[in-house]
Amino acid sequence: MNVLVYIENITGKFKKSTYEVVSYAAAIAKQTGGTLTAVSIGNVEASTLAEIGKYGASKILNVQQDALSSFVNQAYASIISQAAKSVDASVVVLSNTFTGKGLAPRVAVKLAAGYVDGALELPTITGNSFSVKRGAFSGKAFANVTLNSAIKVITLSPNAYQINDLGTTATIEDFNPSTGAHDFQTMVKEIIRASDKISLPDAELVVSGGRGLKGPENWGMIEELASLLGAATGCSKPVSDSGWRPHEEHVGQTGIAVAPNLYIAIGISGAIQHLAGVSASKVIVVINKDPEAPFFKVADYGIVGDAFEVVPQLIEAVKVLKAQA
Amino acid sequence: MKILVCISNVPDTTTKITFNSNNTEFNTSGVQFILNPYDELALARAIELTEGGNGNVTVVNVGLANTEPTIRKALAIGADDAIRINAAPANAYFVAQQIAKIAKEGQYELILTGRESIDYNGAQTGAMIAEIMDIPSISIIKKLTIDANTATVEREIEGGKEVITVDFPFLASVTEGVAEPKIPNMRGIMSARTKPLQVVEAIAVDTLSSISSFDLPAARSTVKLISTNESAKLIEALHSEAKVI
Ligand SMILES: Cc1cc2nc3c(=O)[nH]c(=O)nc-3n(C[C@H](O)[C@H](O)[C@H](O)COP(=O)(O)OP(=O)(O)OC[C@H]3O[C@@H](n4cnc5c(N)ncnc54)[C@H](O)[C@@H]3O)c2cc1C
Repeated sequence: MNVLVYIENITGKFKKSTYEVVSYAAAIAKQTGGTLTAVSIGNVEASTLAEIGKYGASKILNVQQDALSSFVNQAYASIISQAAKSVDASVVVLSNTFTGKGLAPRVAVKLAAGYVDGALELPTITGNSFSVKRGAFSGKAFANVTLNSAIKVITLSPNAYQINDLGTTATIEDFNPSTGAHDFQTMVKEIIRASDKISLPDAELVVSGGRGLKGPENWGMIEELASLLGAATGCSKPVSDSGWRPHEEHVGQTGIAVAPNLYIAIGISGAIQHLAGVSASKVIVVINKDPEAPFFKVADYGIVGDAFEVVPQLIEAVKVLKAQA
Repeated sequence: MKILVCISNVPDTTTKITFNSNNTEFNTSGVQFILNPYDELALARAIELTEGGNGNVTVVNVGLANTEPTIRKALAIGADDAIRINAAPANAYFVAQQIAKIAKEGQYELILTGRESIDYNGAQTGAMIAEIMDIPSISIIKKLTIDANTATVEREIEGGKEVITVDFPFLASVTEGVAEPKIPNMRGIMSARTKPLQVVEAIAVDTLSSISSFDLPAARSTVKLISTNESAKLIEALHSEAKVI
């Protein structure tokens, strides 16, 4: 089956999640004996585009128009579906990023395709039928979704699939889809980015703080530990509700569900709603002064102790480790 | 302004999830159902936008009669009227087709959904409704203001936000920040009983996806405790044993 992958860029650069989704799509193309085409929208330099070839795309459709330099949901959805038709794709894959989540449902409707969002593994394929594993009940369970439609749309969870450099190369072609005024009804006025911050949803490492930290003035050590590790910062819901931290750091069932390699929870009790959002983490570390805190039940490593004593020691230890490296 | 708020009936956040029939069915016995927390935010913002007789808020739910307590809750919070489309919400596409039909017929100017429902977390229904209706959709917004015929929204993106303007009609899926949830007062609870709740039959929709089974996460091995005066050992273990830093 031919596969199309949308390669999302942020100001002309690809993120790790884009390479992950190309590797994932390449594996599906291989499973089904098809070819993989990538489609890029916006202003990405040829040398950056060429990188995508290494991960198994044999062709890159490049759509470059000034009107498309910022994200316009309807236009992008229309272009991706036109690209899918032009390469006769039976499978369309996107990243399950904020943008991917907005786009994929529209693409699926346009192509009359069955859609699975947030895939965690490669599909199990039986004839024309795909079974895809995804999270459900906010991290408390997994659901296996069956797609029997002729075309299938899948978004891949960040951090769920390994990037594979296959050493292959791709050809780059200009692609000229037809779009009209109707596709441009939203207008991006401004983009505000905290450039020095690692974003939580696709972070590999997360340092998260709870009410046990007593107040926003105590987040200095959390930020220091995070920045030394190259981690994103997160928090529990009461922390963001009290305005100690911004809402976009709120982890859990009603916040962001994270799936990092390492989640360090400091002064967080481990309420069921919080645990739901972190259960996909590969390694969980808990620092809490209460040995009975429920978080210890799901932790891989734990320190029963006062965060104000333990965290400064961890900071020193990370500095020592970095000095050795 | 006519606003349609899509609401979903979901298990309470404290629910311990289990399955029946060989892991093919969510076990609802003993489960308390609530209005999806993100939909509560959408409803709260809709009520704020129509305050002072400045419009009308309709809530719509695709569900069987057992979802009516949740619909009444939305009416108690302050929705003016409600529509229940009488069918089990088979999947997002099915739900989107039902709501798109109602939304077209009712000529709503603004359609709001939560960013996702906390049961299946698909974040699909909103954008699907908009695509079926051929109107703009903006996912995961944390701010929504209206000035004459134009709305300004802030969309969450990785590590920041986008400020977007859009004309009516459009659909937006909301998250925290857009409004504070509203708690129904006594008058709201009393009047909810008599506010109109219309029940309509569902239309037939092709099945494009279905859940064949569920799994529960594998249990984690027991925690390795490190004593406070050996905190540095944690960093060593993460580096050389777990190999995550
Ligand atoms: C509808 C609903 C949805 C919710 N969704 C979410 C969600 O998505 N995410 C979420 O996080 N919560 C959510 N909650 C809230 C959740 O139930 C808990 O109240 C919350 O997670 C508790 O946050 P916390 O652990 O920071 O605070 P607490 O429960 O107060 O725990 C603080 C912890 O810090 C420890 N501590 C105190 N001092 C120190 C110290 N000096 N050193 C080390 N440890 C210390 C304490 O032992 C305690 O375990 C939700 C609740 C509801 C009702």
